[in-house]
Amino acid sequence: MTTVQTGTAPRPAAGRGRPGGRAPRTFEQANRRLKWAMLAPALLFVGLMIVFPLAYTLNLSLTDAFGAVNADKDHTGLRNFADALGDTRRFWPAVQRTVVFTVGAVVLETVLGLALAMLLRKAFRGIRWVRTLLIIPLLATPVAIGILWLLILDPTNGIANHLLESVGLPPQEFLGSVSQSLPTLMLIDVWQWTPMMTLLLLAGLSTLPEEPEEAALVDGANAWQRFRHVVLPMLSTTLATALVLRSVDALKTFDLLYATKGPGGGSDFEAETLNVYAYGLTFDYLEYGLASAVLVLFTLFIIGVVLVLRRRAGRKEA
Amino acid sequence: MSTSSHPVGRRSFGRLALGVAAAAAGGTTLGACSGRGGSASPNAPLRVMAINHVWSQAIAGRVGEFEERVGRRVSITMLTSDQLANSYNVKLNASATDVDVMMVRALQEQLLFAHNGWLADLTDRVGDRAFDWDDFQEAPRERSITAGRVLSVPVVTERPALYYRRDLVADLGGPPATLDELMAMSLELADRRGGFFGYVGRGQRSGAVSQWSSFLYSFGGDFTVDGRSGIGTREAIAAYEYYGALLERTGPPGVTNMSLEQAMPIFAQGKAAFYIDADAIYTNFLDPTISTVQDTVGFAPFPAGPAGSRPHNIPSWSLGVNEFSLLRDDAWEFVRWASSPEMVAALQAEGIPGARESAWSDAATLASFPPELAETMRVSAERGIGHDRPEVLQVGRARDIVGRPLVAGILGQRVPGVARDADAEFADFLVRDNRHRES
Repeated sequence: MTTVQTGTAPRPAAGRGRPGGRAPRTFEQANRRLKWAMLAPALLFVGLMIVFPLAYTLNLSLTDAFGAVNADKDHTGLRNFADALGDTRRFWPAVQRTVVFTVGAVVLETVLGLALAMLLRKAFRGIRWVRTLLIIPLLATPVAIGILWLLILDPTNGIANHLLESVGLPPQEFLGSVSQSLPTLMLIDVWQWTPMMTLLLLAGLSTLPEEPEEAALVDGANAWQRFRHVVLPMLSTTLATALVLRSVDALKTFDLLYATKGPGGGSDFEAETLNVYAYGLTFDYLEYGLASAVLVLFTLFIIGVVLVLRRRAGRKEA
Repeated sequence: MSTSSHPVGRRSFGRLALGVAAAAAGGTTLGACSGRGGSASPNAPLRVMAINHVWSQAIAGRVGEFEERVGRRVSITMLTSDQLANSYNVKLNASATDVDVMMVRALQEQLLFAHNGWLADLTDRVGDRAFDWDDFQEAPRERSITAGRVLSVPVVTERPALYYRRDLVADLGGPPATLDELMAMSLELADRRGGFFGYVGRGQRSGAVSQWSSFLYSFGGDFTVDGRSGIGTREAIAAYEYYGALLERTGPPGVTNMSLEQAMPIFAQGKAAFYIDADAIYTNFLDPTISTVQDTVGFAPFPAGPAGSRPHNIPSWSLGVNEFSLLRDDAWEFVRWASSPEMVAALQAEGIPGARESAWSDAATLASFPPELAETMRVSAERGIGHDRPEVLQVGRARDIVGRPLVAGILGQRVPGVARDADAEFADFLVRDNRHRES
C-alpha cells in the first residue's frame, strides 16, 4: 500500500539543525502565513469598521447613556428595548411607515423597472440615449434630489402646482401635507431608483436563452403568456437579487426623508421611519442608549427581511 | 504543485479575530487618550467652528489683524446650524482637541454642553475690567451663565420683528399694534384662492416654537411656571389657538412644513401681508435680487397681546471655548477680540446686532438699519424676555413636545385636548430632564 501525502512538502532535514532553534518554514507554512497576511488588512478593516461599531452599539443599547457617550452611565439591561417596543407614539408608527415606504416604493420600482427593461430589451434606434437618460437620476445625491423636488413641489411657488392649475386640476400641498408626504416621498424614490431596477433586470434579461421563448412562440403563446410563463420564471433569480438589494436600500432611506421633511420626519412625524427616528434620538435628543436599542432592533429587522426574501427566492429556484 | 486550497483553521481564525479585536480596542483607547493633556505645537492653528452667518463672514474678513497680534494662524470652519451641532456632538464625545473656539446657541446647547463638561469656565476671564462684562445686555448675559459659571459670551442677538407691507396697511391705519388687529388685518387682506396670504410664519413643529414664544409671552404664558409645565395653562392654550388660527385661516398651504427657509421667500416675493420672524433677516427683504418688496416692506414691534407686547431678546449665537482645547488662552483671546466693545460696535454699524449696551446706545451703530427697524429692535431689546424655548437639557425633545399643539392648531384640530396631552408629556419630560441635570 502506498500512502500519498498531498499538499505537504517533505521537510528539509538540513534545516533542523539550524542555529537559532527556529523550525524551518516549509512551503506550505509559508503559504498559509502569506494567506493570513493577505487577509489581515481586510479583516482588520472589517473589525474596525463593522464589528467594533456593532459591538459598541450593542453595548450602548444596554446602558442609559445620555448627553455624551463618554459620560458616566449605568447598565440597565434590556430596559431600552422594552421602552422602544412599548412606545406606541413614535416607535411603532415609525416601523409601520418604514414598511409602507419600503413595500410601496420597491413594488412600484420592480413593476416599472421590469416594464422598462422589457421595452429596452430589443435594440432600437436611439437606445443608447435612452439608457443614458435613465441613469441620470441615479447620479444625483439623494439630498440634492430632495431639495430639487422640494422646490418643484412647493405648494406656493413650485412649478408642479402651476402645471396642475394649467390643466385645470386643483393645487396640492404635496410635501407640505401630513397625509400626502409619505406617498409623495415614495414617488420621488420611485423616480430615482426605478432606473437601477431597470438596469439590473436588463442585465438579467440579456443572459436568458432565446430558444424557450421561440418555442413558446411556435406553440402559439401570445406576448403576455410568453412573458408570464417563460421569461418571468427564467428571470426569477435576477429578480430576487434585485429585490433584496433594493429592499435593503429602501429600508435604510434617510437622506431624502431628512432633506425634505427635516427632523422627526415632519410636523406630525408623517415621514418618520425607523432610520429618521434613530437619528433624532441620537442627534436631537442625545439619548444614545435608547437610540442604540432602536438601531439594534432595526438591524435585526433588516436581517429578518433579507432572510425571508432569500428563503423565498431559494424556494422558487428549487 | 501546491495551490491555496487550505481552509482557514478555526484556531488560527480565532487568533486573528482576537488580534483584530485587540487592535480595534487599542485604537479606540489610544483615540480616547489622545484627547487629553499635552500641549499644542507652536505652528498649530487656532481652530474656530462657526455658523455660516454674516457675523462669521465679517469676522473672517478681519481675522488677519488678530493673527498678527497673537502670532498664530486662525482656521475658521463655517457650517449650517445642524451640521455645527452634529460636529460638536461627534468631536466632543471623543474629547477632541481640534476645536478651540466654539460658536454655540446658548439657549439650545449650553445647558447640555455644561452638563457634559465641554465648555471651559470663563468666569475669571470675563471679570477683566477692560472686557467690561457688565456692558452686555442683561438678558443675553444671564443666558451665558450656567450654575454660576460664565460659559459663553454672546456675539449676535435676536428679537422678533413684524415685517409688513406698507402699501397694504396704509388704508387700514398703519401696522397692527395688537394681536387682535393683526388677526383682523390678516383676514381682511388674505386672498388665499388668488395666492395671496394675510400672514406667513413658521409652522414646523420644532422650528416654530422659538417664534411662537413671543405670542405665548404676550398672552401671559411661559413654557414653564415655577418649574412645572406651563403649556396646559389657559394662556398657553389661547396662544396656541391664536397662532394656529392665524396660519390656518390666513396662511399659505403646506405651512406645517415651513421653517425660516420656506416662510421668508413667500413674504419676500410679495405673497403675504405680514410676517413675524427674527430681526436679523431684514436684509433679505431689502435685496432686490431676491425680494420684490424692498420698496414696500415696513418694520414694526411685536404686537401686544392680552399681557402686552412681550417679545424675546436672546443671544442667538455666542462664543465658548472647548474644555479639551490645547490653546485655551489663545481661544479666549479670540473670544475677547471678537466680542470687544470696538468690534461689536463696528459689526453693528454693518447691520449685525450685537449684545453690548454701549453699541446699542451709540446712534452711529444703528445708522445702518432702516430707522423703523432700529426703533423696533431698541424697543424689543428693552422689553425682551431672555429665552425663546424651554430652558432644559434636551431642548430638541422639549420643542417637539411643545410644538405638538401648535401643529394641531394649524391643522384645524381642537387644541385644548392636544395641549392637555402635551402638557402631561412635558411634565413627565421635565421630571426626567431634572433627573439628568442632577446626575
